[in-house]
Amino acid sequence: MMMLDAKVIRNDFPILLKEVHRDKQLVYLDSAATSQKPQAVIEAMNGYYRNYNSNVHRGIHRLSEEATTAYEGARERIANFINAPDPACVIFVRNTTEALNLIAYSWGRRNIGAGDEILLTEMEHHSNIVPWQLLAEEKGAVVRYVPFTEAGLLDLPKFHEYLTERTKLVSFASMSNVFGTINPSKEIVKATHDIGALAVIDGAQSVPHLPVDVQDFDCDFLAFSGHKMCGPTGVGVLYGKRALLEEMPPFLGGGDMIRRVQLDGSTWNDLPWKFEAGTPGIAEGIGLGAAVDYLSNIGMGAIHAYEQFITGYALEALSEVKGIRVLGPGAAQKGGVAAFTIDGVHPHDISQLLDEDGVAIRAGHHCAMPLHQKLSIPASARASFYLYTTTEDIDRLVTGLNRVRKVFRLD
Amino acid sequence: MYRDQIIDLYENPLNFGSLEPSDFTYEEDNPLCGDVIRIYVRVDDDNRIADVRWSGVGCAISQASASLLTEDIKGKTLDEIKAYSKEDLLELLGIQLSMTRIKCALLSLKVLKAGVYGMPDPQELRK
Repeated sequence: MMMLDAKVIRNDFPILLKEVHRDKQLVYLDSAATSQKPQAVIEAMNGYYRNYNSNVHRGIHRLSEEATTAYEGARERIANFINAPDPACVIFVRNTTEALNLIAYSWGRRNIGAGDEILLTEMEHHSNIVPWQLLAEEKGAVVRYVPFTEAGLLDLPKFHEYLTERTKLVSFASMSNVFGTINPSKEIVKATHDIGALAVIDGAQSVPHLPVDVQDFDCDFLAFSGHKMCGPTGVGVLYGKRALLEEMPPFLGGGDMIRRVQLDGSTWNDLPWKFEAGTPGIAEGIGLGAAVDYLSNIGMGAIHAYEQFITGYALEALSEVKGIRVLGPGAAQKGGVAAFTIDGVHPHDISQLLDEDGVAIRAGHHCAMPLHQKLSIPASARASFYLYTTTEDIDRLVTGLNRVRKVFRLD
Repeated sequence: MYRDQIIDLYENPLNFGSLEPSDFTYEEDNPLCGDVIRIYVRVDDDNRIADVRWSGVGCAISQASASLLTEDIKGKTLDEIKAYSKEDLLELLGIQLSMTRIKCALLSLKVLKAGVYGMPDPQELRK
């Protein structure tokens, strides 16, 4: 397999050709927060608004049929992208957060009771913690957290130890948004099923960067966001096993999710629409379809291989910066994320000074406060990579970090 | 933004430490950035700030701002503190700040005002 050429890929992304702060070419290293969008995605969304803007599903006119075909076509291609057995198992939501909340409210309220345990990990994003805390509070259930090791890996012996007959659900990120750790999804799902619990994968970071196959993982649910995988904001996906989705009550009530409404009660539409109340983000769904086409054409295997290369390059280059501490495991076990601290400089100051050089990174807790608390650091700086990240981008980051050290008189 | 004075104050903060006893003390954090500032104030018989100290951790902007603020308020009356505006402090800092950084710069003033207005100390409440 020939390695993809990020310099060629960059030409697909209009924003990457932009200059910030007058003469500085943008170095965008914040893709774990949101990725940039290729021209094909922007055009697909514009095309909908320019040529066939119309509401989906019930319009008996030409535009509505075109819009419905495009929207449902996107769902089919997204289903193929994650190897879902049936597009009906692919529910459009706003983002990963909404997908996880949907599971907690719809499945959780019916199936979680007092004393039941929900097992998460200490490296979760807040969106995979708070919905379960709310559910546990309401039901008198218990949320437990599998710790991570000093190397930033999941403590698997502890995971197996925490998995008991009280565990009803395990929900975990298949890739950490801070450490970048790629967790062993298949092993976790299998052990979860062995004790009769359900397994939820938070794929917000993994689906954009790794080949994901829900049938191979055998997960019960998978949640991910469009905007981190070259698609627009405002659209995400909940994949669920058909039998589970069939049994679950609706999440939001309203138009489109009903079969029949009578004053004394209503019946629900078929999957996936049972969970899609109200007019959806039509342009967003179509845009995500275009994003999936774009990524599939390049190949997720090729994207992952390239990101391993660029992450290895970045970790090597960053290790040359004095006083730096990169969080999480080495390149072999992580995706394209390098969170770090520099002794003597607050991450916000690092990010602000890099911005003056046109380099965009993120600083803060990255919606993972418990992880930072455990490491006893208030925040970290995070550079994250994607298929358009070049070695020149990394070099500019390192040059910028050395300037940060100078401004803060650390040398 | 990072003019020499800001870095100087980050390296060598003014009025850094604590006052025991103090007439009031207050602490607040900005959990989003992990900045935390506590201010200790002693007031004289005329209700003027007789002495002030602060402690905390955070970015250069929040730390420099706490130094400049505590230096500026010595001798001021509590009423003058109540009238002390965000603009007064930003002018003292003398740098252009983006939307996201303004709250770093203003944390010390928020803490001071909460103390002056007699907010219960969150740490005391936690005890």
